[in-house]
Amino acid sequence: MTGRIRSFGAFVYDFVIGDDWWVAAGVAAGLAATYLLVHAAGVAAWWLVPLLLVALLPVSLWRAVRRR
Amino acid sequence: MGAGALFIAVFLACAVEAVEATTIVLAAGTARDWRSAGTGMFAALLVLAVITAALGPAVSALPLGALRLFVGALLLVFGLQWLRKAILRASGHKALHDEDAIYQAQVRAARSEPSRRTGLVPDLYGFTLSFKGVLLEGLEVVFIALTFGGNAHQIPLAALAAVCAVVVVALAGLALRAPLARVPENSMKFAVGVMLTAFGTFWGAEGAGAQWPGSDTALLVIVPAIALFALGMVALLRRLPASSAGAAAAPAVAEVR
Repeated sequence: MTGRIRSFGAFVYDFVIGDDWWVAAGVAAGLAATYLLVHAAGVAAWWLVPLLLVALLPVSLWRAVRRR
Repeated sequence: MGAGALFIAVFLACAVEAVEATTIVLAAGTARDWRSAGTGMFAALLVLAVITAALGPAVSALPLGALRLFVGALLLVFGLQWLRKAILRASGHKALHDEDAIYQAQVRAARSEPSRRTGLVPDLYGFTLSFKGVLLEGLEVVFIALTFGGNAHQIPLAALAAVCAVVVVALAGLALRAPLARVPENSMKFAVGVMLTAFGTFWGAEGAGAQWPGSDTALLVIVPAIALFALGMVALLRRLPASSAGAAAAPAVAEVR
């Protein structure tokens, strides 16, 4: 039973998070920051997610290339 | 989002998943038993239909802001993972996704397992291989169709695009009785990665409360901008020496995404 729960957890992790947890963490942090900037500070923060992509994708690629 | 763009995005994404599922069913049928592989495929399709029927109304009932934030975040994570793999493949830092090689490896693995009959299924291994392959790839098809359709308030159109992709690929696979190696899968994955990332960016930021300049027309800038950025990354990585993993001809069997 424990083995099945563990393998289901591994499947969900692989399905949602994938190879690089930095990407998932970065996306969550970026969207949370956008939400706070818009709702708490009243900033038109549409630019934050694209900016995040420009930083996150090269970092993730660099991590992948360095690992291989 | 235009109906045409929605249809194309869902069709391409689902076609990629369908090619991978078809390869697994063909391997199970060829190496084991066609009846068991077919039963496994139909059982998985039944489970997927139940999941879609249960989740479809739930997705439609969610408030749009929350749906866009949640779906945007997931699409962004999915899209970036696809794009990352596509860039690594295009720049020679990861082996190309080769359906022929995957098919041969699946057939070899399937032939080495002993046969076991259970109930109506003549070969349990062939059934399980086909069932798992179709279910896992199908879950992504369901996810893509529901999230794209739900966000655009066009679930029936998204479902139609997904069904069309699956039917076209399945018929082609059945007619050829061979893996669809001629489908430009690596290029399609690059395009799908760009689209998932672009729509994830758009819906994620909108779900978090941001207003895009130009509203929906912002996508006309976001999609090409991400494509250009990704191509720039490919060009940059090509300057680095390719790794041994990239030079390897045969990809891992388990690598399906």
